Amino acid sequence: MEKTTLFDKIWDAHVVRSVPSGPDVFFIDKHFIHEVTSPVAFLNLEKRGVTVKYPHRTIATPDHNVPTIHQDQTIKDKLSRMQVERLRDNCKKYGIELHDLGSAHHGIVHVIGPELGITQPGMTIVCGDSHTSTHGAFGAIAFGIGTSEVEMVLATQCIMQSKPKKMRITVDGELGAGVTSKDIILYIISKISAAGATGYFVEYAGSAIQSLSMEARMTICNMSIEMGARGGLIAPDETTFNYLKGKQYSPSGKAWDQAVAEWSALRTDEDAVFDKEFTFDATDIEPMITYGTNPGMGIKVKGTIPTTEGMEGSNKTSYLKSLDYMGFAPGEPVKGKKVDYVFVGSCTNGRIEDIRSVASFVKGHKKADNITAWIVPGSKEVEKMAHEEGLVKILEEAGFELRQPGCSACLAMNDDKIPSGKYAVSTSNRNFEGRQGPGARTMLASPLTVAAVAVTGMITDPREVFES
Amino acid sequence: MAYDKFTVLTSTAVPLPAENVDTDQIIPARFLKATEREGFGDNLFRDWRYDVEGNPKKDFVLNDPTFSGKILVAGKNFGSGSSREHAVWAIYDYGFRCVVSSFFADIFKNNCLNIGVLPVTVSPEFADKLLDAITNDPSTEIDVSIPAQTITLLATGDSESFDINSYKKENMQNGFDDIDYLLNMESEIDEFEKTRQ
Repeated sequence: MEKTTLFDKIWDAHVVRSVPSGPDVFFIDKHFIHEVTSPVAFLNLEKRGVTVKYPHRTIATPDHNVPTIHQDQTIKDKLSRMQVERLRDNCKKYGIELHDLGSAHHGIVHVIGPELGITQPGMTIVCGDSHTSTHGAFGAIAFGIGTSEVEMVLATQCIMQSKPKKMRITVDGELGAGVTSKDIILYIISKISAAGATGYFVEYAGSAIQSLSMEARMTICNMSIEMGARGGLIAPDETTFNYLKGKQYSPSGKAWDQAVAEWSALRTDEDAVFDKEFTFDATDIEPMITYGTNPGMGIKVKGTIPTTEGMEGSNKTSYLKSLDYMGFAPGEPVKGKKVDYVFVGSCTNGRIEDIRSVASFVKGHKKADNITAWIVPGSKEVEKMAHEEGLVKILEEAGFELRQPGCSACLAMNDDKIPSGKYAVSTSNRNFEGRQGPGARTMLASPLTVAAVAVTGMITDPREVFES
Repeated sequence: MAYDKFTVLTSTAVPLPAENVDTDQIIPARFLKATEREGFGDNLFRDWRYDVEGNPKKDFVLNDPTFSGKILVAGKNFGSGSSREHAVWAIYDYGFRCVVSSFFADIFKNNCLNIGVLPVTVSPEFADKLLDAITNDPSTEIDVSIPAQTITLLATGDSESFDINSYKKENMQNGFDDIDYLLNMESEIDEFEKTRQ
């Protein structure tokens, strides 16, 4: 029998029809929607006179533009309010499950899916959001789509997709103290560049990946898109099954045993061939931070910004433009640079484990006077746990401002904006120009590094501040 | 929705050689709040095009009256980042029908094809040739032909062929979209759905 990859097994099981010299008609098991990329899709459905084909396969939550304070009140921003109201109307009209603002399971779409057990191994999952790749941590094929495709899924539960090429990234070895999964993915992207995996779907493998919790795996898969990959996935194992067991939408009883048996078969055959492979050694990875305006521009926290040696033409121009935006010069170290804001949150690092790690490190410390520190849980469930575990108290005593769940300052669609020219060290996923507000200067890092920056007020290697 | 048919386009072009242009630059998130697909062209490249007071930045190419046309010739890795289709709506609404680059981000490319903007991938050398030609002479015309799958600098005859799968090729030429195709195979999808409970 032909040796196949995990990706092949899931993909091939979802092809309804292959169009000759064209894409596959690809069946979608679960579809997440939010307020920003769905309204035009619903509008177009109506114009065509078509309804939602399988409403139970779509799950909705408003997350991108929602305020993170006073969520019990009417949304002040008129356009944001209209988008959220439109989402409510559409869900009601078509019978789609909605986790609305203030409800027990409201949150960032990529946080609540796994939390509720909706995300399961072997599934195909899409959402009009590129960080849908997060769900790949469960051994699912999950990726972001455009609004035209959101409309296709609503109307037919299928999209037309050409099968991507396959890449495997293996990370073997043991991670050092103070090094997290965020550092692994920032390291990988810095090595293969922000476009290095374009055209590919990635499988992450190796002992360093297998040793990670589900939360940490989600952080890695989440940022697959930041190297251009459509998505990334990790073979399900005991860690996956333990996470899913007992979740609201997970199978139970006999169905659970059967599901685990099926999920256990979801792995890449020993001799299966990938189109491209990379192997990294976990012991080479140290706390990472970005210094430029794409996630591939990352270095060790204690490293120096690359010089322009060997660069020419538009490559060099773009590089210098990026450093100019950040207010940095080639060849200088980043350590010790003054910071204005820290942001802990987003679908990358807004889960309970992230908040625990920040809290455990800032316990007994105070944030530096020059720092404004925002912490935004990824969901109501995360918020609830943070309160119950006493983390909120620790963080508030350290001077962090706890906000309510949403995408928040990751993309600054709401009022959570970093002012122009200010530096933010952020646990989010994108350091693009203006991403966190017009003129904002974003440096991406792990929750641990962010904790260290909050306490010292400057770029700091977490290993030098806290005892491990 | 179905869109205008696209067969052959002959037009001047606008050069934008910057690399790694992400969709947050094409349209910043704060302009994604509409519930209808209208008016996005006004905010295309908003923060590169206007200062904080809303005055046009003179050094940005879209504010330079020398350059115009329905073709945008962009740098490497164009359209990375967010999956927001709004980026392509903004490009379309502004008046572009074709984007040329030596390298496109995947989701952006799909989004283009889904709304009738043609993404043309050329070699890095040909991209440089196009950028040089337009910069030296903004009246330079470029011919893009879907039937022939070629892109040609009319003045010199320099030409390169580009890839597009035959399914998408037919769609673009007829103004069909994927939903038309999918709705026609409803019963086949229904049968399949039963196997995925």
